[in-house]
Amino acid sequence: MSNKSNNNETQHAAGNGLLHRRSLLKASALGLAGGFLLPAKADWRSVPGAPQSTYGSPSKFADLRREQTIGHPFGPAAGSSSTPLQSLNGTITPNSLHFERHHAGIPNIDPAKHFLTLYGDVKTSLRFSYESLLAYPMESHKYFLECSGNSYRNTFPTAQNLTAGSLNGLISGAEWTGVPLHYLLDEAGLEKDANWIIAEGADASGHTRSIPLHRMLDGAMVALFQNGEPLRPAQGYPMRLFVPGCEGNISVKWLSALKAQKTPAYSREETSKYTDLLKDGTAEMFSLEMEVKSVITSPSGTMQLNRKGVYEISGMAWSGASAIRTVEVSADGGKSWATALLQSDNQPNALTRFRIPWQWTGQPSVLQSRAIDQKGNVQPTRDVALQRYSAGSFYHYNGIQSWQVSSDGMVKNVYV
Amino acid sequence: MIFKRCQYLFFVLLLISESTVLIASENALGDSLAPRLGEPVFDYVSSIVSPDGSGLPNGVGSVAEGKSVYEAKCAACHGVEGKMQGNHLVGGIGSLSLVQPTVTVGSYWPYATTLFDYIARAMPYGQAKTLSANEVYAVTAYVLFLNGIVSEQARLDAITLVAVEMPNKDGFIELGVFEPDAESGVRKK
Repeated sequence: MSNKSNNNETQHAAGNGLLHRRSLLKASALGLAGGFLLPAKADWRSVPGAPQSTYGSPSKFADLRREQTIGHPFGPAAGSSSTPLQSLNGTITPNSLHFERHHAGIPNIDPAKHFLTLYGDVKTSLRFSYESLLAYPMESHKYFLECSGNSYRNTFPTAQNLTAGSLNGLISGAEWTGVPLHYLLDEAGLEKDANWIIAEGADASGHTRSIPLHRMLDGAMVALFQNGEPLRPAQGYPMRLFVPGCEGNISVKWLSALKAQKTPAYSREETSKYTDLLKDGTAEMFSLEMEVKSVITSPSGTMQLNRKGVYEISGMAWSGASAIRTVEVSADGGKSWATALLQSDNQPNALTRFRIPWQWTGQPSVLQSRAIDQKGNVQPTRDVALQRYSAGSFYHYNGIQSWQVSSDGMVKNVYV
Repeated sequence: MIFKRCQYLFFVLLLISESTVLIASENALGDSLAPRLGEPVFDYVSSIVSPDGSGLPNGVGSVAEGKSVYEAKCAACHGVEGKMQGNHLVGGIGSLSLVQPTVTVGSYWPYATTLFDYIARAMPYGQAKTLSANEVYAVTAYVLFLNGIVSEQARLDAITLVAVEMPNKDGFIELGVFEPDAESGVRKK
């Protein structure tokens, strides 16, 4: 081990214990040196374990479950559940823990009875079966998917003492595979004035959104696979639209029709809902792109730090505008900031994992992360984020998440 | 011998990479990789109703007819005269710039055609797509009447519904809109 710099002063990257990356490497090397033990006597070391299975499941010791299943005035089938961000690491959301949001439950669709029809201002209206779409050229991309209502509880007047997932878990990262939409639009032959594509789902809400054509030609796909397997029913099986970087709601699940036309349809979900009321009483419509944002997932809300010493602060960042340029982390409530390591692929419209070591001395601390994307968009403070819209408007909230660590090690959501 | 095999392999790889480039450029030019398996359809009935009236079916419904359909199939969730707390359909006109705005069909929705579209595709919750076109016109008329937007004598059909002006029709700023480039005709952001 190097003797070059054991002086803590030189290792600090920002206030209240944020360290340079090399400090963590040293700390873990020390931990290993003192931590070698003979394996404990355990049944699994001598008795054969379970046989194979047709479809795997997580360890019974891993407590993994979606959280904050929210009902709705219409009934339980019109609600949402969130991804437990604090239980996960990396940038891929397991399919079984992907957040769910639907307006009339999860339909159980037989792909043999489901078709995608492309019609409207096209030269030839066309119908595609699931089987036929499987024969098209496909692309695979890692993208984030965020509900435009993600983190809405942080717009409430008082901070809710909840987990990272309950507060911010309407976000996922997955590898989506499907047929680029341009193949299908080209085959049907778009008319010159077809500036919008209206996407419609086959669920009981007939979910409908209008999408500007340029977004449909710029990376949009009919997604058929999610993290390598056919879509789950809650994610649109047998097929969904996927529009990278945009509010999740326009990536219409159970996709059954695409209508090309000159104007938007102004459906209920793009007028009455998913619009953003401003203070002067006007409202923004088709605010599709998701803003630059990040959240620390560890340490995070309701966790308990049970020792003083070095911790890895870890979280994820994303932007609908571009790739992430930088994530900065503060351990003193925003007084000073250090640059975190971006420790994963960093592609446009995808989750990026960030990490930075932190020496906790037992002092009360406020942990924050602030993402900056390649276009120069900077994640705002909560106060600034709330200024954007009318009070009570809760879509597209991207304010900085603050976690307070009290002297007893409890971590909770706070507003600073 | 080994050297020769390597040479051969190198040559094959060169061929593969050249043909890949060729295919990729064909793809960029004309999507020639797509198998073109779409079946032409001529009888698809659109359910998308737009403000210009496209997608509206034949039919007609009155406020009075709408009241009876509403009371039988809608009032349980939306309340008598659309006043169920938390799921209300009426009121709030002029309230959008207040600290606590009341967002309803009357105060917020920019187009009456949206009401028809949504009732036809998603309501009543649990029995979506079961109302007849006449019933949807009628319930639409009744909800607009409750908001003071049409008269008690109103009868709505594909022509009169499109003519209804909503109080907040100018209340929205459209983002994400783009125009085709005038010269090249190429669509861009």
